[in-house]
Amino acid sequence: MIYIILFLEFFKVGLFALGGGLAALPFLQELIVKYGWITSEELLNMIAVSESTPGAIGINTATFIGYNTAGIMGGVIATIGLAAPSIIIISIIAHYFKEFNNHPLVKSAFVGIRPAVAGLIASAAFQLSRGQIFHFDKLNTDLEILSFLDLKGIILLLLIFLAIRKFKKHPIIYILASALIGIVFKF
Amino acid sequence: MKEIFKIFFIFFKIGLFTFGGGYAMLPIIKRELVDNLNWITESDILDYYAIGQSTPGIIAVNTATMTGYNLKGIKGALAATSGFIMPSLIIITIIASYFSRFQEIELFQHAFSAIQIAVVALIIDIVIKMWNKSDKSKISLLIFVLAFILLALLRVSPVFVILASAISGIIIQRFRGEFKKSVKEYKNNKN
Repeated sequence: MIYIILFLEFFKVGLFALGGGLAALPFLQELIVKYGWITSEELLNMIAVSESTPGAIGINTATFIGYNTAGIMGGVIATIGLAAPSIIIISIIAHYFKEFNNHPLVKSAFVGIRPAVAGLIASAAFQLSRGQIFHFDKLNTDLEILSFLDLKGIILLLLIFLAIRKFKKHPIIYILASALIGIVFKF
Repeated sequence: MKEIFKIFFIFFKIGLFTFGGGYAMLPIIKRELVDNLNWITESDILDYYAIGQSTPGIIAVNTATMTGYNLKGIKGALAATSGFIMPSLIIITIIASYFSRFQEIELFQHAFSAIQIAVVALIIDIVIKMWNKSDKSKISLLIFVLAFILLALLRVSPVFVILASAISGIIIQRFRGEFKKSVKEYKNNKN
């Protein structure tokens, strides 16, 4: 049963994740809320591992979530579920519709899709970072404003963000650097 | 049959040596299929990638499927895609099976608490890059904010947001008169 759910849910991600660059993230975050298969922290860990290992990030994350939910078969089924819509849709397009990406409807649709995907990913990032940077749970128990902001976390976030924008290196560099910082400053 | 296996192994190699997928895989596809085998041309690859970007799903998988299909039909598509995802399946399954054990080590916990923050920074960078790919108009900003609110505060399904934004894009382009222009362009290109 869990295999069928995994397959269908990841099939849905493969069918609607448009625009590339972590477009699957809002869908994966929704799965976490819906099923509790993994925690937000685990998803962030998985993205870090996926960025540091070969292969597409979406595929790596699907394998990871599937494995954590239902073992080796779970990983295989989630991954096949994610890739299946691509195989079906691309085969049809390659056969009948080679000018697909230049079609007026497709081009116009992307005028709306691009900013929407950016908004969806921003929303997913906001919700995933709640535990790391914004401690909303603390805000409810006591009303000291500063207690809900993790100062150490915010400084690291700003530093890494500025480094990413300035140096434009491969993500692995920032992941390794932050691991060292985490160990030295006991995050 | 020999060619199908070859397609599988070439995309296995691509999956094994591409970090991040998508655009990063194009140079390796070029080296293997254009320079070494002469099966396709460089402009074919760019076409496949362009279609991969505008179809649903992971771009790297779409590009692999598209390339495989154009080489050997459905069998080629299946060979390319399964070849491409195989290294991920093997590597991530091995890592995932050890991951929970490592999570009990204190040093590892400190490292990953900080890594989680770095990942958030990386995602924000991706959001900015995606925003830069949009037309950056006021209406695009409105769509960006609406998508954020719908998902973060109202917990609307991202499926709905994607479908609604696609329809909005078509309506916006009609109002701007851009839709007619692209219809003309499309027809001219076809002839």
